[in-house]
Amino acid sequence: MTVRARGVSKFFGDVVALDEVDLDVAAGHVHGLVGPNGAGKTTLLGLLLGLSAADAGSLEILGTTLRRGSAAPDGVTGFVDGPGLYPWLTARQNLDAVASLRGDGRSGIPDALEQVGLGEVADDRVRGFSLGMRQRLGLAAALLVRPRVLVLDEPANGLDPAGARQVNRVLTGLAATGTSVILSSHRMDDLAALCTEVTLLTAGRVVFSGPVGKLAAEIGELDHRLRTSDPATAQRVASLTPGLRVLPGDELFRRPDDDVLCVRGSVPAVDDLVERLVGAGVAVRELAPVVAPLEAAFLALTGAADGSLGADEPR
Amino acid sequence: MTSAVAQEPRAARPAPVLRGYRFELLKLVVQWRVRLLLLACWLGPGVFVAAISRQSSLPTDTLFGRWMGQTGWAGSLVVLSFCSAWVLPLLTSLIAGEVFAAEDRVGTWRHLLTVARSPRRVFGTKALAALTVVVLLAAGLAASSVVGGVAAAGDHPLVGLDGHLLGPGQAAGTVLLAWAAALAPTLAFAAVGLLGSVTLGRSPMGLLLPALLALLLQVVQLLPLPVAVRVALPSYALLAWRGLFTDPAQGGPVVVGVVVSLAWAVTATALAYRLFLRRDFTDLAYDGPGGRVLARIVLPLAALLAVTAGVVAAAMPASGSGIDRSKLQTSMATAYAHLYRLQSRELRRPDVTETELRTTATCDKGGSRVDDVGPGNDWRCVVSWHIPGATAVGSAIYQLDLTADGRYVADGDGPQEVNGFFLVHTRTGDAPNPLWQFDGSVDLLSATSKG
Repeated sequence: MTVRARGVSKFFGDVVALDEVDLDVAAGHVHGLVGPNGAGKTTLLGLLLGLSAADAGSLEILGTTLRRGSAAPDGVTGFVDGPGLYPWLTARQNLDAVASLRGDGRSGIPDALEQVGLGEVADDRVRGFSLGMRQRLGLAAALLVRPRVLVLDEPANGLDPAGARQVNRVLTGLAATGTSVILSSHRMDDLAALCTEVTLLTAGRVVFSGPVGKLAAEIGELDHRLRTSDPATAQRVASLTPGLRVLPGDELFRRPDDDVLCVRGSVPAVDDLVERLVGAGVAVRELAPVVAPLEAAFLALTGAADGSLGADEPR
Repeated sequence: MTSAVAQEPRAARPAPVLRGYRFELLKLVVQWRVRLLLLACWLGPGVFVAAISRQSSLPTDTLFGRWMGQTGWAGSLVVLSFCSAWVLPLLTSLIAGEVFAAEDRVGTWRHLLTVARSPRRVFGTKALAALTVVVLLAAGLAASSVVGGVAAAGDHPLVGLDGHLLGPGQAAGTVLLAWAAALAPTLAFAAVGLLGSVTLGRSPMGLLLPALLALLLQVVQLLPLPVAVRVALPSYALLAWRGLFTDPAQGGPVVVGVVVSLAWAVTATALAYRLFLRRDFTDLAYDGPGGRVLARIVLPLAALLAVTAGVVAAAMPASGSGIDRSKLQTSMATAYAHLYRLQSRELRRPDVTETELRTTATCDKGGSRVDDVGPGNDWRCVVSWHIPGATAVGSAIYQLDLTADGRYVADGDGPQEVNGFFLVHTRTGDAPNPLWQFDGSVDLLSATSKG
């Protein structure tokens, strides 16, 4: 394990930011931290970067135990609470400072800028950069250090789809070379695409930690939207399928669509429905979860789901 | 423990001090505000002094202002007097008060600490960079005012605060020494700026702390304080430098002022350092210690003031306000003798020495019902002197405005032929009459006479 936390707690006055958190991240893995606002994700990432010390428990990174007053070992880098760039400096000057302070050569700056797609604005002041550009520049700063553990807080914030794809490509590439990437995000689609493992935090406590697939399996039932060639028959078939319930569409969508059927059930029950529809001569044109499995698990486990979206609440 | 990473982990290497220092310096000097300040400090005083020195109306209210037309060295001291009141504390506000708060404002603390990996070094390099810029600004003020003054009024002797003449070389050295003495309280204000910046974060109060402290200290200086407390104020060295322009120099106040200022600089920096290291940078809700400011910064600095005042009171022979009749009489007689010689030379009268003149002064404050101690504008002195070969004793009357910091302005009140005219006619044209009105200084820390 490149990161190993055991019983880590952190307090801000009376507020418990982290409560006996355990975390394991292996080399070459992309590990996601998920949780509602105030769950303690940023605090945990800050501890990993050596910005603060845990009040209890132990935290070991790259074989080094982090203690109060000690910085994270070489090879650990990243950002929390935004990439922290100096707006009155250019992109190149910002990276130059990182290279200089970390004692790494400046030769990697052009390559880092190119990797995140900012080569053409290298000499522009950061003041004029969009949020997405700043995020990418923050990632470029992290790349300069040749990280072995990369810690990123909401790296996809403000990124357009192309930018997000570029960042994902960079992170996946790093993981492929053995770097452990630990990131937090509210974008479940990004996490599902990127992460091999996730840790779900709520109110400072770990409610789940493990492979993404296992998290998705934690939730029994999922809401699905179903578009068929014959909605009326499909509704009749669905209502007869064991383990499946038909939901009123307007509970799920602001704009009701008569052609769309909403059903709630386990994956086998949905599979059964598809078989029955095909047998009844109804063409299935679209079948997709209303909420991505990871998001559904997040909502269920954090208790953030309201009545209409909760997968485990009776309706 | 297993690890898929082949490399051995290395212990954290903090950022090298020199690189951190260069980065902090870069962050400061790329800001247009700082560049503008540097430009203003390196050009403004020179232009100001050159322009004023060529005017017929000189700023006689300001120390050395009356000599700006006669020597270029006076202009720099006028700038120093002016800067001592406002400019130097304000500069420290804008630089040292900003250096930590800027990171809070743009949200870069976590990034900087992640990269530098040593809060101690971050503090050190920031403090050093701020100090460098403050010193650069002060050096600009000094250099520019000297160059402007010498270019406009020439490299001529300077009349000291006891009337003695400082040759151009000596004047140059003493002027630079005066600026150096003023640097100590500037550092104290800068340290207070660091403290405010660390403690109060984004709050404008943090930025303004040195300026507010300067304002407070100026108000306090106006109060009838015991001399030990007055000298123990961190701003005192901004006044004490003028003691360098007497012969012998009033070194006591300068040394004490500088030492006190440095004590403030060290204490405030140490407090800022301690508070900085105790800050938790993962607490996103952090916005300064709030109500604990009083306990964390005000009380330690108040304690320092009390300690330094106690030490000064115990170590120095002066008591009360530090101003009494005996000191004033000595100062007046000395200044008058020197200036009489100067006037004699200007008027091409036979030269006399101070010893031959045997000048004495008799001073009184506010008549018989008032004790002859302390500051006030009701001092009146009668100066007497002997002219070699003449039996008659010359005498002249002066009304004095003596301020609590020991500075006085002696305004001639007759006889007309001695101190009644603003100008004297010299071989090279009209020149200020040195005996018409002159500045002097009482050494507050010298022994106070009993009774």
